[in-house]
Amino acid sequence: MSTDIYLNVAVSGVLTGLVYGLMALGLSVIFGVVRVVNFAHGEMTTVAMYFAVVLFATLGLDPLLMMVPIAGVLFVFGYAMQRWLINPFISRPEHSQFILLVAVAIILANGLLIVFGPDARSVQTSYAFDSFKIGPLIVDATKAFAGLAAIAVAAALFAFFRFTRLGTAIRACADNYTGAQVIGLNVPRLYALTFGLGAACVGAAGAMLALVTDVTPPLGPSFTLLAFVIVIVGGLGSMSGALAGGILIGVIAALAGLFYTPSAKGMFVFAILVLVLLFRPQGIFGRRA
Amino acid sequence: MNRNLHSGDNRITRRTVTAGLGASVVAGIAPFNIVRAQDATLKVGVLLPRSGAQAGIGQDCQRGVDIAAGLLKELGMPPLQIMNGDTETSVEVARSRAEKMISDGAQVLVGAFDSGQSTAIAQVAEQKGIPYVINIAAAPQITEQGYKFVFRNFPTAGMILADAFANQKEIFEAAGAAPKTAVFMHVNDTFGTAMKGGIGAVMPKFNMPYNLVETIAYDPTSRDLSVEVAKAKATGADALLMVSRLNDAILITRELVKQRWSPMAILSMGPGWYEDQYLKTLGKLSDGPLSFVPWYDPNKPMSKKLDEALAKAHPGVNLNTNHVYTFEALLVAADAFKRARSTDPKALADAIRQTNITDNVSPGPGIQFNEKGQNDKLKDSAIQNRGGKLVTVAPKVAANAKVEWPMTPYDKRG
Amino acid sequence: MIARLAENVSLRAAIALVLLLLALFVAPWFANDYLLTVLILIFYFAYTGQAWNIMMGFAGQLSLGHAIYIGLGAYTTAVLFSFFGVSPWVGSFAAILMAALWGAMIGFLAFRFRVGGVYFAILTIAFAEFARIGFDHLSYVGGSAGFFLPVANYTQSDLWTLRGKPIMFYYLSLGMTVAAVVLCHIMVRSRLGYFWKAIREDEEAARAVGINTFRYKLIAVVISAAMTSLAGVFFAFYYNNLFPEEVFSINRSIELILAPIFGGLGTLFGPILGAFMLTGLAETLTTTLAALGVDVPGAKQVFYGICLLLVITVLPEGVWPWLYRRLGLAGRSE
Repeated sequence: MSTDIYLNVAVSGVLTGLVYGLMALGLSVIFGVVRVVNFAHGEMTTVAMYFAVVLFATLGLDPLLMMVPIAGVLFVFGYAMQRWLINPFISRPEHSQFILLVAVAIILANGLLIVFGPDARSVQTSYAFDSFKIGPLIVDATKAFAGLAAIAVAAALFAFFRFTRLGTAIRACADNYTGAQVIGLNVPRLYALTFGLGAACVGAAGAMLALVTDVTPPLGPSFTLLAFVIVIVGGLGSMSGALAGGILIGVIAALAGLFYTPSAKGMFVFAILVLVLLFRPQGIFGRRA
Repeated sequence: MNRNLHSGDNRITRRTVTAGLGASVVAGIAPFNIVRAQDATLKVGVLLPRSGAQAGIGQDCQRGVDIAAGLLKELGMPPLQIMNGDTETSVEVARSRAEKMISDGAQVLVGAFDSGQSTAIAQVAEQKGIPYVINIAAAPQITEQGYKFVFRNFPTAGMILADAFANQKEIFEAAGAAPKTAVFMHVNDTFGTAMKGGIGAVMPKFNMPYNLVETIAYDPTSRDLSVEVAKAKATGADALLMVSRLNDAILITRELVKQRWSPMAILSMGPGWYEDQYLKTLGKLSDGPLSFVPWYDPNKPMSKKLDEALAKAHPGVNLNTNHVYTFEALLVAADAFKRARSTDPKALADAIRQTNITDNVSPGPGIQFNEKGQNDKLKDSAIQNRGGKLVTVAPKVAANAKVEWPMTPYDKRG
Repeated sequence: MIARLAENVSLRAAIALVLLLLALFVAPWFANDYLLTVLILIFYFAYTGQAWNIMMGFAGQLSLGHAIYIGLGAYTTAVLFSFFGVSPWVGSFAAILMAALWGAMIGFLAFRFRVGGVYFAILTIAFAEFARIGFDHLSYVGGSAGFFLPVANYTQSDLWTLRGKPIMFYYLSLGMTVAAVVLCHIMVRSRLGYFWKAIREDEEAARAVGINTFRYKLIAVVISAAMTSLAGVFFAFYYNNLFPEEVFSINRSIELILAPIFGGLGTLFGPILGAFMLTGLAETLTTTLAALGVDVPGAKQVFYGICLLLVITVLPEGVWPWLYRRLGLAGRSE
């Protein structure tokens, strides 16, 4: 094997990792503020992918453009879900939240099966099969676009939390729940907004994932698991950590596939997860609590 | 139960039960025998994974069930009363559904695509003494358990491999060219691993012109196969030998195009590469791959009938393995019922054991079962994707086209 | 012993319990094999729920990776039986040892490095997934191609090798469930149970009053793991085929914790009631939809999800504590 292949595989790992990182970012935002572990995360991603597929099939709209409206729809979905379904569970123990979200996941996955049937659906853009040749490097066009879009979305989200009043209020909420209540912030509304934002991330990520891979109804659980791994490796609640974690997991999985056997790359990923949990629970890129 | 005194009418009220019980008490056991001889329909419980991870294949198999009724009637077969069941892609559900169907009066069971679910059903069928005809499931172990009521009209992993290599040699000869090296990629699931296990034992017997330079196993849930394809490409092999499923077949093809690698041939020994979804999704890029799979013999009259029935019920759907073998499983049940003239499970099982259907769909001499309940005479075909359609290129007796060789490179397809 | 078991149980509850046991004991005379299969499934879930409950309900450690113990128990006894002819009764000791060792290792690492709450739950998932992929590649047991136990013809039930008819598995699963309840009942009333409860309610406080929380949490994990491995043994000999994707699957870990949470976490009868209700619900939905002529794959699961969602929203503590109060079964609501 020449050295080209390492480079190609690593670049591919980075780009895939960025998209998965954006999906995980949604999970991280939700957990960081609302402190609810969203076990229906993968199913929500799948729903967003189906939105992209349907919009492309009926109106011929490119998922990269549709990313914004899909994120909007998911925002409303997430907002409503937090406001009317999850909110009573905020103060309940984790296992109770867990069952609730597992139930949501079951409903979503099988609802998709009923509506769309079991066959894999995909988006065939004009650039679906393109790749750029840069010297020895061959870069997958869809992955490159999706990766760049992931960076853009993450940057926008970052700016929102940093520079807007609403973003600051949400951060205050996350840092100090009681304090936020004391100074008169409407916490349930902020929680719903946050959940909506997390879901919007998932919406954008789903639109991009629809470019990269085909969608089937039972896809959810593997996405959920992947998002958890990324978020914990990157640091739960850390925004930049989620993206960095995505890249790290993407590259590790890619290289493990190259050096060992691809079918066992999950073992490396979970081994990393165990090590992080034991030795660096705040995540590789997270700040020490 | 023997409820259907009038065919098609299976309503049952408490009164008929009571009346029936009263009558049998008065007349002793005799009425049952009389009723049995008059049975007009056979209750067949069909168990398929129609939701869960295998929903796609399960629902495709179901199409074979849906078109069977009309066709069997046309053949002069006695009517079947189909009971549909969903295994939800779970061994536990498969088992309890099988029990439920038998308690609801199923006299034959058919299903269940997956080896694990099929094994679970087989045990129930065996305990209850209800014949069970497997439509699809390739794990060799199922017919090695000494079951008396389990029948399989589908090749085992070893048979699929043997036929694949034989058909490949025939194709290489016809094409006048053969790959010198091949890279073997397989999905690391039940079927993929069974095939990988068999390849070491079967391949040396065939003195193949190529040798395997590398074996690459990948995860069935993988959403990104770029590394796998990059690794395969780096071997520089002439041909790609595949055992995959549908979604991964599509992903791999995309990667082949994007990574700009066009092997001389793609030789698949499993599902995926010939399925409708593959053809539809990839369009022009779907042309070329050869699949060495259990198929239908396009030259048999029954294949044409089945093809027409499917075209009528599901326009635009190509006839495939799932429909063919699910239909044939029902054909076996109906044929046995016709000969046994009874719904007695034992009589049915005996009749199935004597099955000799030559007017069938799958390649080979027809449907017969050996002492283990396996149809070991079954032959596989080699098919090629050509312009969104599927043609059979080997073996010669069951072929309707000549092979196109080598595959047109992906970047030269306009 | 008997006196101790009867402690804190009101007469009404005791009579109800005896009647229930009697009914379950004679059930096979009245139930057909289908009903028996459903009951077996119920007891399987009741038993595993009970085992999981020790860790979560009693000691407050949330495990989402219990499939690993099912898998270890199943594969250990299946291999011993198929390759070496060892009876599952003997093999069970090896299974228990295997699962207990793994549980001890996971627990040791987690508690030594103070991994708690959600992080602990994720850690258990990570180990289970690691094992799943590992077994996928373990060619000694067939890898992902699966492991098939030899099945002889079932004319008779052989209890020693666990080859037989549903009725044998029915009594086996019933016995396992009863034994688990009795064991849990004894443990909950012992010093161990009180320590667990203290840890569950407030770990810092428990440590402050001198409880070795590390040790007692570890004991909970080991006992829970050992008990769960026996459910794996049952699974292996009942279904007779094992696939890593089936037995180690995260879905298995999730489905086995639904019953105890649904029924009532930390209670003795919660897991049993939960198993009855959830399995009953699934079967009823399938039958009802079929009777209504609805043949839509996935519809049943949607209704199942909705029921789950409604109940957990309305009865956050689970069904049993609510029912317990409603039925006026005096004594303490444990």
